[in-house]
Amino acid sequence: MSKLNLLTKGIIMDNPTFVLVLGMCPTLATTTSAINGLGMGLATTFVLALSNIAISLVAKQVPDKVRIPVYIVVIAAFVTILQLLMQAFTPGLYATLGIFIPLIVVNCIVLGRAEAYASKNSVIDSALDGIGIGLGFCLSLMTIGLIRELLGSASIFGMKLIDGDGILAFVLAPGAFIVLGYLMVLFNKVKSKMY
Amino acid sequence: MEYIIIVISAVFVNNILLAQFLGVCPFLGVSNKVSTAAGMSGAVVFVIALATLATYILQYYVLVPLGIEFMQTVAFILVIAALVQMVEIILKKISPSLYQALGIFLPLITTNCAVLGLAILVVSKEFSFGGAPHMLNMVESVVYATSSAVGFGVAMILFAGIREQQELSNVPKAFQGTPIALITAGILALSFMGFAGLV
Amino acid sequence: MAKESSLKNMVSTLFIVCLVSSTLLGGVYAITKEPIEAAAIAKTNSSISQVVPSFDNDPSSEVFTKELEGNIYKVYPAKKGGEIVGYAIETFSTNGFAGRIVIMVGFNPDGTIFNTSVLSHSETPGLGDKMVEGKSNFSVQFKGKNPADFKMSVKKDGGDVDAITASTITSRAFCGALESAYKVYQLCVEAPTNKVNSNE
Repeated sequence: MSKLNLLTKGIIMDNPTFVLVLGMCPTLATTTSAINGLGMGLATTFVLALSNIAISLVAKQVPDKVRIPVYIVVIAAFVTILQLLMQAFTPGLYATLGIFIPLIVVNCIVLGRAEAYASKNSVIDSALDGIGIGLGFCLSLMTIGLIRELLGSASIFGMKLIDGDGILAFVLAPGAFIVLGYLMVLFNKVKSKMY
Repeated sequence: MEYIIIVISAVFVNNILLAQFLGVCPFLGVSNKVSTAAGMSGAVVFVIALATLATYILQYYVLVPLGIEFMQTVAFILVIAALVQMVEIILKKISPSLYQALGIFLPLITTNCAVLGLAILVVSKEFSFGGAPHMLNMVESVVYATSSAVGFGVAMILFAGIREQQELSNVPKAFQGTPIALITAGILALSFMGFAGLV
Repeated sequence: MAKESSLKNMVSTLFIVCLVSSTLLGGVYAITKEPIEAAAIAKTNSSISQVVPSFDNDPSSEVFTKELEGNIYKVYPAKKGGEIVGYAIETFSTNGFAGRIVIMVGFNPDGTIFNTSVLSHSETPGLGDKMVEGKSNFSVQFKGKNPADFKMSVKKDGGDVDAITASTITSRAFCGALESAYKVYQLCVEAPTNKVNSNE
């Protein structure tokens, strides 16, 4: 697969949210606004890229039976680094995303890519794969966040469009599920036309 | 009395799945049949009860005294992974029949965000079950976490029931599979919102 | 490809990975400790500057505490040219719909409220969280009011405050917090305090 392909496959063909259906918990919880969704996407991409690189580097040295615990420790370490950095430099976003930052550890996307790709490919390819899938995740989260914010709070990226309120249900739990469901239908239609 | 409030609040009002979005992956993946949903839920309740106890002790007797709270994420997930492994081994030995029923779900539970999520939640913020907000003690933590897991089970089983029915109806092709599941979950979440204000 | 899964290999790999990770994390923790503390102070300072008139001192370094009804409240004095221009008081209520609400309230020297800023809460988005400045006009109504003659309870309870629609509990908690802040403020102006931390 070409390098460019690695970077872009996560956007449509292997979109983690709409095609692979992974990482649903943060997808539903953090997309209350476009900025929150984007922030979560970037945070996950950070961990994805770094853990893919690290695991690609050590995969050959790790005995098969302990590979999952080892991968988990590596991912957990990078998540903790992310936590510390965010607390220091982006405290507002850190407070908003809350518990879902440490939960990146159990985000099936991260462990999934480590197991399926990074442990079997070169460091550069793994890095690009991580960034590519992360990019797809970012775009998905931002899109869902944008729609929920528009319908739920009548604002875009924090800027209010009208003086009143939006439809509250969209920023609460039901809206998350429903927006995701309908977007998935739309996405699948678009994807089937493209491929 | 407070414990009853904790249970009701955790199962219905703040349902871990439908209101807090923890544990959604298995929810969508394992809920096609009521029997598998029940099996998964049973395993989850069991693991969460043990895991919360273990991580609570870890947090307050090791991490905080040593001043290494930043190791929380790594330490917690390792404890959970180890616990799940142990439970699998023990279950295989003492009750092969139970292992047959629940065993396949156990490895999945390690990456269930509900387990790690609840473990972190009970040591991170104050709760106010009808009284003043306070950090939970050990018993309250385990009761809260276990009740939340039961709430997970309730939501899963309800959902599986609905999905079994949906198999028999005419879902438009584009919606089949995950999309209709999500929309159904959304409506279920909407109905659970009715519990707000119960406690 | 991968190393053979002997017990010795498994244990040593796990051990090395854990060791390296812990060391790395310890290092990052040490480096980020100060920025994290600085970020927390910056947050407090920014909320202080929102709630009191402009000042030229450093209220955080002159913070002192007052005790009221068994609780400790932090008071940040804002000064210009050595004269007090306002008091920023960190107050709270445990009667929010979803638990504790922490608010920074700024009082002018004459006892009127300059502004308020919600520091933390767990209220419902779209309902209780409208008490946060910018989300509705709820918090604006307190500006310039003097709790001595402005009844700090919701109209439903016979007061002067316009509650947030469908969020009476949150509104009541907000008022309660402001009421406590005013009492703390009165303690501050009764007995002139020094710069040093003092308890009464």
